[in-house]
Amino acid sequence: MSIKGGVHQDLIHDSAAKHVSGRAEYTDDILEPVGTLHAYLGFSTVAHGRITSIDLSAVRAAPGVVEVITADDLPGENDVSANGMHDEPLFATDEVLFWGQPLFAVVAETRDAARRAAALAEVSYDTLPHATDIAASRAAGAPLVTPPLTLKRGAVKPAMAAAPHRIKGQMEIGGQDHFYLEGQLSLAIPGEDEDVRIFCSTQHPTEVQHVVAHALGVPAHSVTVTVRRMGGGFGGKETQMNAFAVIAAVAAKRLNRPVKLRLDRDDDMSSTGKRHDFLAEYEVGFDDEGRILAVDGDFFARCGFCSDLSGPVTDRALFHADNAYFYPDVELRSHPLMTHTVSNTAFRGFGGPQGLIVAERIVEEIAYHLGRDALEVRRANFYGPGRDLTPYHQQVTDNIMAEVVDELVATSNYAARRQAVLDWNAKGGIIRKGIALTPVKFGISFTATWFNQAGALVHVYSDGSIQVNHGGTEMGQGLHTKVAQVVAEAFQVDIDRVKITATTTDKVPNTSATAASSGTDLNGMAALNACEAIKARLAAWAADKAGLPAEAVVFGTEGVSVGDKVTDWAKFIGAAYMDRVQLSATGFYKTPEIHWNRDTGQGRPFYYFAYGASVSEVSVDTLTGEYRVERTDILHDVGKSLNPAIDLGQVEGAFVQGMGWLTTEELWWDDKGRLRTHAPSTYKIPVASDIPREFNVKLASWSENREPTIKRSKAVGEPPFMLAVSVLEALNMAVASLDGYANCPKLDTPATPERVLMACEALRSAPAPAKVLEIGE
Amino acid sequence: MGKKMHIQMQVNGKAEEFLAEPRELLIYTLRERLNITGPHIGCETSHCGACTVTLNGKSVKACTVFVAQADGAEITTIEGLGTPDALHPLQTAFKEHHGLQCGYCTPGMITRATKLLEENPNPTEEEIRFGMAGNICRCTGYQNIVKSIKAAAAEMNAAKEAAE
Ligand code: FES
Ligand code: FES
Repeated sequence: MSIKGGVHQDLIHDSAAKHVSGRAEYTDDILEPVGTLHAYLGFSTVAHGRITSIDLSAVRAAPGVVEVITADDLPGENDVSANGMHDEPLFATDEVLFWGQPLFAVVAETRDAARRAAALAEVSYDTLPHATDIAASRAAGAPLVTPPLTLKRGAVKPAMAAAPHRIKGQMEIGGQDHFYLEGQLSLAIPGEDEDVRIFCSTQHPTEVQHVVAHALGVPAHSVTVTVRRMGGGFGGKETQMNAFAVIAAVAAKRLNRPVKLRLDRDDDMSSTGKRHDFLAEYEVGFDDEGRILAVDGDFFARCGFCSDLSGPVTDRALFHADNAYFYPDVELRSHPLMTHTVSNTAFRGFGGPQGLIVAERIVEEIAYHLGRDALEVRRANFYGPGRDLTPYHQQVTDNIMAEVVDELVATSNYAARRQAVLDWNAKGGIIRKGIALTPVKFGISFTATWFNQAGALVHVYSDGSIQVNHGGTEMGQGLHTKVAQVVAEAFQVDIDRVKITATTTDKVPNTSATAASSGTDLNGMAALNACEAIKARLAAWAADKAGLPAEAVVFGTEGVSVGDKVTDWAKFIGAAYMDRVQLSATGFYKTPEIHWNRDTGQGRPFYYFAYGASVSEVSVDTLTGEYRVERTDILHDVGKSLNPAIDLGQVEGAFVQGMGWLTTEELWWDDKGRLRTHAPSTYKIPVASDIPREFNVKLASWSENREPTIKRSKAVGEPPFMLAVSVLEALNMAVASLDGYANCPKLDTPATPERVLMACEALRSAPAPAKVLEIGE
Repeated sequence: MGKKMHIQMQVNGKAEEFLAEPRELLIYTLRERLNITGPHIGCETSHCGACTVTLNGKSVKACTVFVAQADGAEITTIEGLGTPDALHPLQTAFKEHHGLQCGYCTPGMITRATKLLEENPNPTEEEIRFGMAGNICRCTGYQNIVKSIKAAAAEMNAAKEAAE
């Protein structure tokens, strides 16, 4: 017999019943206290300029307006940066640095009144030249928002010079809006003394707490931040809600009334950060077998007007610019460029996808150059014995890339299907096909080592019910379900006895963002640690009473046995309470063995790696550029899964989101520096009819984390996002067929139908372009 | 303040009557006036489907319906489909087949799916994908949503057959 809801079981999401009946409470559903006011923001209407005058009298006079708040009204500093760089003003005061930058807030009796009033501001500017994209920013010699990073091993110059073949190329990689279905919002309720309580859709309650405390000029202990669940986060709520929480809190304290701020979707998309766009310039040297000898790369990122998380994001791009491949001699440099756009931020993969996709493009270029199946080139370059050092000098010790790929090649029938695609294309029709298999290796841990810690609080009540609180936040990923499974398993009770409550800074302090896929790894361990503390107390007490050693106490499915006497869990706990055993404990965890020295570019930033691979087959109409994904097969490694059903859902969702990033989701700024794709009407997010027509997703059920992580599982949030690269490279192949695969079409992303058509036209109209630069030619 | 209008409607079988500005949007009527918070606000421009409800037998996006247009209407939201103890087969299927992650799209998805299955009680996977294409889910990749709807259709058809 086993308990209901232990680990390694397919359990439904803990809130599923509430979700399907419309009864799950999101921040916007919380009943507003009597007297709640609504705040809204006034935004800049230029991308770069000096404010010459700002007249808010019409705003103040508008119906329903209670208060207008400008930078001068802030009790603390006009800064919401979370990284201590003080480069992110809440309100622009003198210089405006992007279109849509907040200038002031207005508080009114209703949200509608506040929005109407905000539009009445009269602001004039001396406009200044702006640089919204990477090319303009480089041309203008724009500064970097944060110090760059170089990763380097060996001597790349001589290795490159000695390589039998060399290719130079570049790739443009687009950004992405999170489009969490629930937008940004905060509700602040003032309390006595300096207290304020904030309900906020955030992945990082502790950071909201600190940023609000800073803006109010009060100690952190006065600010409490609570989040029960988010309607999606994906990284977009790691730092981006700070400003909105601060405005609600400042207004609430100033007016001594609850204040709510919920952004309109268009304003949400214009004034919150996105995935970083990148431009990569690379040179690769390789031999006749396609084995990479040297890689030299520059990674330019559109960071926006301030640093935010751009440092660690661009670092992670470099950390993944090798993907699963060994680069014998390598040098990679990041260039986190300042642009006159909203500050880009965390988004699932955190720069990793933008690095990884360049590795895949390099491999494709080699394959086209040598006229080989790219899969052969991939296999020739996988990390392996004696070839296992990354560009950041971490040894890859848990490599299962080849096993994953071999299994997927077999189950997807890759070889025969590739031949069928080649045969189809050889007929020369309008519709061309492509197929590609791409691997993923992704490093798990925050590269900011101190973030790799977590806390939990477990209460066992005298009736045997259990309440768990931990530092992680729930955004749909099933974190609370998995942690509840860990707790149920620890006490050997059915999961119905375990309740996970809202994440709140007054229960578990000093938490890390729920990010970097680390939620379960960290918080599951912290919760387990708390359970073990309670179990140890219970065992000591019961053993002492029975005159037996502590080992004689066993927590089993039938109850707790002491020697040969078994007591039902609830009765056992009731007795422990009566005998005055402490039934509550805190737990703590920090990831062991990781370290990272950014100055030397060396260390072990990642505790382990997660692996996966996908094969996608596409059809392209070469007269219109339209395409569809016919079939995708995925094999993904989550170690020994805590909950395979939830993990499969993560893999499927991440893949489709990745597909959106690489195919249809295009961010577009006009010549005035205005984002013109600020709603789902102009920004195309995949819907059900866009997903692969056949979609086979499997977990590598044989895998087990070699590190002692929580029940030997692996993180799952981010790694499968990059499985979507197979779609891009399959599109590339379909296009390449137009001139007999003589050239790599080098599709930039997003590969919209328009871009695909242009690539087709380029191959059709141009005489085969000069092949590639080759030594001795 | 504009002139108020006398509105009557049936929401989830309950008669509601109130004065409202005709331009009030139905999603606010439901969420703020009637405290029916199952339908969510995602985009407020008719594109995401988080606010989908059934109005006089049709799927509509409540964020772009004026309350005046809903005067005299019969409206069903997710709350009117079933309760946690007596779920509609679609609700059960979304729950059991993991047709949700963050759950924010779920009420709109299920409400839309009830109409889809009325329009086409035996849809193919392809028909489900196109029939649900007006609702965005940013989390699941739709795979389990399609599975849930298929499972519910089978369940509902079997129940219908048993009843006949
Ligand atoms: S909120 Fe109505 S369709 Fe998005
Ligand atoms: S479950 Fe999150 S949007 Fe669908």
